[in-house]
Amino acid sequence: MTDITAIDLLPAASGRPRRSLGAERLFGGSVTAMGMIVLGLLSAIIVMLAIGAWPTFRSFGLAFFWNPVWDSVADKYGAGVMVYGTLLSSAIALLIAVPLAVGVAYFLTELAPQAFRRPVGIVIQLLAAIPSIIYGMWGFFVLAPLLAAHFILDVADLFAHVPVLNKVFDYGSGNSVFTAGLVLAAMILPLITAMFVEILAATPVVLKESVYGLGATRFEVVRHVAVPYGRRAMIGAVMLGLGRALGETMAVTFVIGNATRLSPNLFAQGATIASTIANEFSEAGFGSMKLAALLGLGLTLFIISFIVLAASRALVAPRVVS
Amino acid sequence: MAGALASRRKATNLAVAVLASTAAVIALAVLASILWTLLARGLPALRFGILTTSMAPTGENGGLANAIVGSLIQDGIGMLIAIPIGVLAGTYLAEYARGSKLGEVTRFVSDILLSAPSILVGLFVYTLMVATTRSYSGIAGAVALAVIAIPIIIRTTEDMLSLVPVALREAAAALGAPKWKVVTLIAWRAAGAGMLTGILLALARVAGETAPLLFTSLGNLNWSTSLAKPMASLPVAIYQMASSPYEDLVQIAWAGALIITVGVLAINILAQLTVGRRR
Repeated sequence: MTDITAIDLLPAASGRPRRSLGAERLFGGSVTAMGMIVLGLLSAIIVMLAIGAWPTFRSFGLAFFWNPVWDSVADKYGAGVMVYGTLLSSAIALLIAVPLAVGVAYFLTELAPQAFRRPVGIVIQLLAAIPSIIYGMWGFFVLAPLLAAHFILDVADLFAHVPVLNKVFDYGSGNSVFTAGLVLAAMILPLITAMFVEILAATPVVLKESVYGLGATRFEVVRHVAVPYGRRAMIGAVMLGLGRALGETMAVTFVIGNATRLSPNLFAQGATIASTIANEFSEAGFGSMKLAALLGLGLTLFIISFIVLAASRALVAPRVVS
Repeated sequence: MAGALASRRKATNLAVAVLASTAAVIALAVLASILWTLLARGLPALRFGILTTSMAPTGENGGLANAIVGSLIQDGIGMLIAIPIGVLAGTYLAEYARGSKLGEVTRFVSDILLSAPSILVGLFVYTLMVATTRSYSGIAGAVALAVIAIPIIIRTTEDMLSLVPVALREAAAALGAPKWKVVTLIAWRAAGAGMLTGILLALARVAGETAPLLFTSLGNLNWSTSLAKPMASLPVAIYQMASSPYEDLVQIAWAGALIITVGVLAINILAQLTVGRRR
């Protein structure tokens, strides 16, 4: 909406009685002021986090961002383990959620009967609105015991004598980076699916019909017309889902085990930035180095998600609220 | 040859259809499992006492009354702060800043805030209001929730206002109405239902937030309605009880989870109905 219309050229109540001019200034002024407050909010968040985290960076330097040491006893801190856990759990979530979302979106836009689509669309919207703590509780009480009993041992047995893979899929527990990735996948699935459906449904019908007219199958039309047409928006949607997964706190804190040591094993307990902040905040006193380190973690998370969100916006994800 | 190619293409098409249907079944199964767990564990634990008694240690038959009241207070005050700021800033973007560089930057900032991790909002309000006063407080929780609600309200307000036909505004302007009257009496009125939907969606989102409250209102086992003291909230209470080792507290947590999900979904459905009636 950047078109200039007659309304924008309307002189601000020129030649009106003074009372009206005052009202005009008051309203225009307060509307602009609120816009500026919002504009200042983001810089305020960055500045406050940076000030709070300053002692950490003074002590540990920029190495804080990648140093994999988090030792509350020795008061030495680095974000390495949490950055690793954050990126890894989000990557697992995307690897699982994106193919499923593509499949569900294909099913809903191409295969499901017309009468079916609107109610299912509403159900997906509602599922995307379920608080993340519910996903966390489900992960902790249902998924983690299930994986511990029927999945982790079997997979670890399977790869026990395969080099490299026996380190990645080693024996571990139900609460792990892998479980966190699965819970995150379940959480972002409705969100990504809703956006994919919207993107695929936005393909001009004429474009699709002309390719059907050439004898293409349903899959070929989606593969060669609808997907190329919405490719940028689909990547943007995935980035938006990634942004949600990276910063998720409650769904992860329940199931990741909150162990701040580095391990290549997906089935080992781990930690993300958000889970560490939530889990250890109560142990950090006012003005302590630990508090500064936790705020440093927050700043790290902010930088990571800012990059992802800016990329998603540049690729024009559909504007979805919730 | 042509026949072989055609049958291979048909086979691919069929295979994709089967895969897509499988994906749909898996997704449905996961989400059904979540809802089923919520009902199967929440319903048996739901009893009237949960609504009337405060939180208590294990074995004392406590409830969630103080957490529910705390949530209502913080959500209410948070929305009271967020609605004027969000609506006016959204109006700024839609009516006053169209095509301007400053508006473009504000829109970008609002979009970043919309998807920023909510735990960072909690940390921000902590440094702003808790570290400075050296006290966790209900009002800090409300402010954190407001910061989360504001960008949602901005987005829907701007979207809904930009759907109002320009001709409608021009007609009012031609009658001699000044711009503020055009906006408040014509544009706001025409976009009212949509803006209300945005406010309801923001409320639904805020009501389920846990992370920003951990460092602001902290949670409180006792009955307290003082905004200057730590205040209980339903999501934080659920988190504390669900991660405790006591079976009776975990059961209360599931009852709370059911209450909060039903509440959030009810607000969402109400929001959908508001839009539906307008169309």
